[in-house]
Amino acid sequence: MVKFLKRCYAAVVYAFLYAPILILVLYSFNDSKSRGAWGGFTLRWYNELLHNREILSSLYNTILIAVLSAAVATVIGTAAAIGLHGWRGYKRTIIMNITYIPVLNPDIVTGVSLMLLFVFIRIPLGFMTMLLAHITFNIPYVILSVLPKLKQLDSYLYEAALDLGATPWYAFKKVILPEIMPGIITGLLLAFTLSIDDFVISFFTTGPGVTNLSITVFSRARKGVNPTINAVSTLMFLAVLVLLVIVNMRVSKENQRRGKRNHEQKTIVRNRRFGGTRRHLHNHAR
Amino acid sequence: MSHKWAASPYLVWMALFIVVPIILVGYWSLTVKTDAGTQFTTENFRQFFNPVHLKVLFRSLELALIATAVCFVLGYPLAYILARNNLRHKNTLIMLLVVPMWMNFLLRTYAWLTILEKNGVLNTILRWLSLPEINILYTKTAVVLGMVYNFLPFMVLPIYSVLSKIDPSIVEAAEDLGADWVTVFRKIIFPLSLPGVFSGIAMVFMPSVTTFVISKLLGGGHYSLIGNLIEDQFRLVDDWGFGSAISLVMMALILVSMALMSKFAGEDRGLGLW
Repeated sequence: MVKFLKRCYAAVVYAFLYAPILILVLYSFNDSKSRGAWGGFTLRWYNELLHNREILSSLYNTILIAVLSAAVATVIGTAAAIGLHGWRGYKRTIIMNITYIPVLNPDIVTGVSLMLLFVFIRIPLGFMTMLLAHITFNIPYVILSVLPKLKQLDSYLYEAALDLGATPWYAFKKVILPEIMPGIITGLLLAFTLSIDDFVISFFTTGPGVTNLSITVFSRARKGVNPTINAVSTLMFLAVLVLLVIVNMRVSKENQRRGKRNHEQKTIVRNRRFGGTRRHLHNHAR
Repeated sequence: MSHKWAASPYLVWMALFIVVPIILVGYWSLTVKTDAGTQFTTENFRQFFNPVHLKVLFRSLELALIATAVCFVLGYPLAYILARNNLRHKNTLIMLLVVPMWMNFLLRTYAWLTILEKNGVLNTILRWLSLPEINILYTKTAVVLGMVYNFLPFMVLPIYSVLSKIDPSIVEAAEDLGADWVTVFRKIIFPLSLPGVFSGIAMVFMPSVTTFVISKLLGGGHYSLIGNLIEDQFRLVDDWGFGSAISLVMMALILVSMALMSKFAGEDRGLGLW
């Protein structure tokens, strides 16, 4: 009896968590403008997406910014991790703590502070500023994905390569890079996902006429429910879900290979930015 | 192997895009532009005590507290159920708890519009069952609902994590010594789960206080929270000084409480999410 009640309770909570998502997806196929009624299955709203200039251009911005910011953040972040790996003492502590600031700060504060910077150095708000903001909040995640891989690295391997006559660059390319590659790719995918998913920081750092999907959804949602947004939402949900499943599978495969719980990697993947916060990542990589 | 120089591009980036912006927030919050030039002022911080702003502040705290309490009441039993050892498909259930957090919170919040609308899913079902309609969209209740919905997993996971690490032999020892399950729970399980509870409270409370999307979408803009107040200062009334002051206070509060949390919860336990 108690067991039955427990199950019922769990089922109700899970229903609460999933009902809105299911309804959202379901209604993106609803052939009726009035939301209460079910007017049959349709792909009308998805078709409408293809002809909606505003949504198409924000999709274009979203993807372009995600690709560019993830790429730049991966390069800078990987280099930073390699550099920071050699740092010790209070300097390292200071730098790591500053690195955590964009992770821990509420998104709204990060967004506002970056906006003040762009206004201060007189870069007009728009595509460029949004891109710079995305690179900024992506770099810490790349660093935090790569650092643990460097910790696992046997530093004698690199020295052995040098002793055998390899140039530093060649030794880096052939010894270090392949070893830390899983961390780099995880960081890249994570950065890409976070960028696609961001709303608050983009909202504050973009300028007139430049929007990403989240901003478009927000501005339309304020006017009420709209089936086209349901369709966009469903697609976004699917895209982010697929990406995160890939990242998670990579990490758990890696964990199995290492035969131990890879604390820091797991942390980063679970740590989804949500509701304007990313503060759930801390105390690692110190 | 030492390539300290490789960090230099990042150090430059960090200084420019992390450190300088925070200094600018501080600068804006402490200065005012007058005809005589830029002057130092504490006016922006004093504006907090304007009754209108205090009301927003208290409303934010009130709604966030209610949401946190509801999350605790809903979340603790679920964490307790999940932490039982005899549960089948445990990993799948935990996984299912994490998946909704992967979805964009904007969309998760937006999804509730479809349900709560006047002619939305909820009322359609209620009408079909000949029950009275519920119209809570654009009320405080809807805002709290949105917060609970968005942040519930962040209450459940840390508590679950701590509960599942409790050594079963301690519980058995208590039972052998004659404690009934209420006593076991009150004297052993609950006190041992407190670090998880505190993590959960922090992880629900902080994003609830800082949100501006949930209150905008589900509260229809009638219930300004601190997040909305910041947004308004920058987007609507153009009072960047005051907006910066609120941001600064919020940042300080959160960084300090995070530091305290990590001290309290201990290094290895972290926030218990992992």
